[in-house]
Amino acid sequence: MEVDEPVRLPRLPRVAVCGGTHGNELSGVYLVRELLKDLREKDAEDGGPLSVLVVLSNPRATQQCRRYIDVDLNRCFSHATLNGPVPDASPYEIILSRKLNALLGPKGGQGAVDLVCDLHNTTANMGLCFIAYSDSDWICLHIFKHLQMPDMPMRFIHYDVSKKESYSLDSVGKHGFALEIGPQPHGVVRSTNYTAMKVGVQHVLDWVRHFNSGSVFEGGFVDVFTMVKKIDYPRDSQTHNITAAVHPHLQDRDFCLLRPEDPLFQTFSGEALTYKGSEPLYPFFINECAYYEKGVALSLARKRRVAVPPIRAQTEEDKQASFASEEEE
Amino acid sequence: MEQTSFPPMSRVAICGGTHGNELTGVYVVREMQKQKVDKLGSASVTAVLANPRATDVCRRYIEKDLNRCFTDALLRSPITDSTPYELRRAQELNAQLGPKGSEEAVDLLIDLHNTTANMGLCLIFYSLDWITLHIYKYIQSKMTNVPVRAIQLDVPMSDAYSLESVGKHGFAIEVGPQPNGVLRADIFNAVKSAVDLTLTWLQEFSSGCTFEGGEVEAYTFAKHVDYPRDPAGEITAAVHPELQDKDFKLLRSGDPVFLMFSGETVTHEGEELYPFFVNECAYYEKNIAFQLARRTTFTLPSICLGN
Repeated sequence: MEVDEPVRLPRLPRVAVCGGTHGNELSGVYLVRELLKDLREKDAEDGGPLSVLVVLSNPRATQQCRRYIDVDLNRCFSHATLNGPVPDASPYEIILSRKLNALLGPKGGQGAVDLVCDLHNTTANMGLCFIAYSDSDWICLHIFKHLQMPDMPMRFIHYDVSKKESYSLDSVGKHGFALEIGPQPHGVVRSTNYTAMKVGVQHVLDWVRHFNSGSVFEGGFVDVFTMVKKIDYPRDSQTHNITAAVHPHLQDRDFCLLRPEDPLFQTFSGEALTYKGSEPLYPFFINECAYYEKGVALSLARKRRVAVPPIRAQTEEDKQASFASEEEE
Repeated sequence: MEQTSFPPMSRVAICGGTHGNELTGVYVVREMQKQKVDKLGSASVTAVLANPRATDVCRRYIEKDLNRCFTDALLRSPITDSTPYELRRAQELNAQLGPKGSEEAVDLLIDLHNTTANMGLCLIFYSLDWITLHIYKYIQSKMTNVPVRAIQLDVPMSDAYSLESVGKHGFAIEVGPQPNGVLRADIFNAVKSAVDLTLTWLQEFSSGCTFEGGEVEAYTFAKHVDYPRDPAGEITAAVHPELQDKDFKLLRSGDPVFLMFSGETVTHEGEELYPFFVNECAYYEKNIAFQLARRTTFTLPSICLGN
């Protein structure tokens, strides 16, 4: 095989765009509502229609403008949670996750949608981020590589979690990622974030159509931020209330390298607490509202450059050839 | 220059967490309680967490917005089994810090709030009150790293619905931008400074200082503007990028105010006014996208302690 022969990957006939997985992350809520208004099936240049499912994931939480009703929906998609018992008094989101798994999955099954794009907002100053479980899913990496956002920094975040343990909605599809945009307060929609998300989703769908039509996407490099650890706020041992805030020098500095002894927190009496790790790392999700209750003040990542091979969609012949060789085996 | 004297002010209340997810006030009050701040010279200082249940669950309110529960009528309404939590709590606070309108009420009540709007630090008050305006003038002269403004809402005292109306004098300190449920250190530091400056002013006043009069600029409420909505009541536009974060920048006829989700621009028509509370999270449900004010100049007399 030649070095620059594109990797052939199955076509992506079914894409799901999900918003309102957290009901107070409003860019996705309003974008999904707008997409549902003018939904039509689009034909690719050849090879049949691209089917786009547009889904408002958590309708009750959206209606109340809350992150969730009983439990965080975006933690309900591990295999264990999807396949465990469901007594009658189950939390709303557990029952909902089964319905979404039936609609978009089943997770791990042949009938699952090919790509899930799940729309989120964060109060952290993160610009536009793709968040995925793999750093070698060439589909997600290529979609990211080809997205141009003139006014917003873009980064690719990788959580090193196995498919089995992966717990979020985007893991239900054969491929998937979260599209995270910030900063935006929960319960608020900022026009520039809405527009960026609209452009991002349009790009995803355009890219998939080009891919499905047989285009070759050249290889290259993507900087990937792999989550390494999380740091909680200092807390009062009795009340569990936080006893410091993210330091002003760290606030809003997502993806700016944090070095040992750099300030992390400022106590309410004005004292600075510093980063005690030995390795410089890249902070993100700095001061995300929803993470206070999860015990996370910021997350930390290593950055590395990933080589992404050229790719193209499998043709019918490729598929026949791979069935044939599977049969031989 | 005209001089006005005021009786001593010996009881001050600092309130936070009136909205349980506006965290600066919550943590300022908790810190004051932890440091057991209760006396300042001859004045007594009480730090009060106004809505503890909402604070515990980090929500604006449990059943009803506490900061709309302090009208004379609501404070007098009988408590029954079905009375919302916040109405009961308002009456408790009125007993502790008021009663509103009586001699027993605290002399000065400061209520700490946050907004998602880019408003810097604002003092919000109801009626023309030289004490409040002098404190504003003092804070503005001492705080140079954050814009300090005053907003007057023209509401008669009996209709005044918010917590600070319980004190003989009162104002809200509203600081943004900060998302609900988030605590920013820079904003915490600014509010702490403003509270400290207020208490310093009070000490100087109580020790007999005269505060020079002069002119101050303030913004007086004119009207509010809702989002465009569809028949189901859902918003169909966001605040336009050219208005977003531009609180207190003059809005002229023809200036964009909304960008529809479908792409069209909506513009402001009519009187030139100053927008504030632009894209405040809690106001979506109150049908307010932004508020508009006129800018007014007030001439303050000089003031001092008197009988």
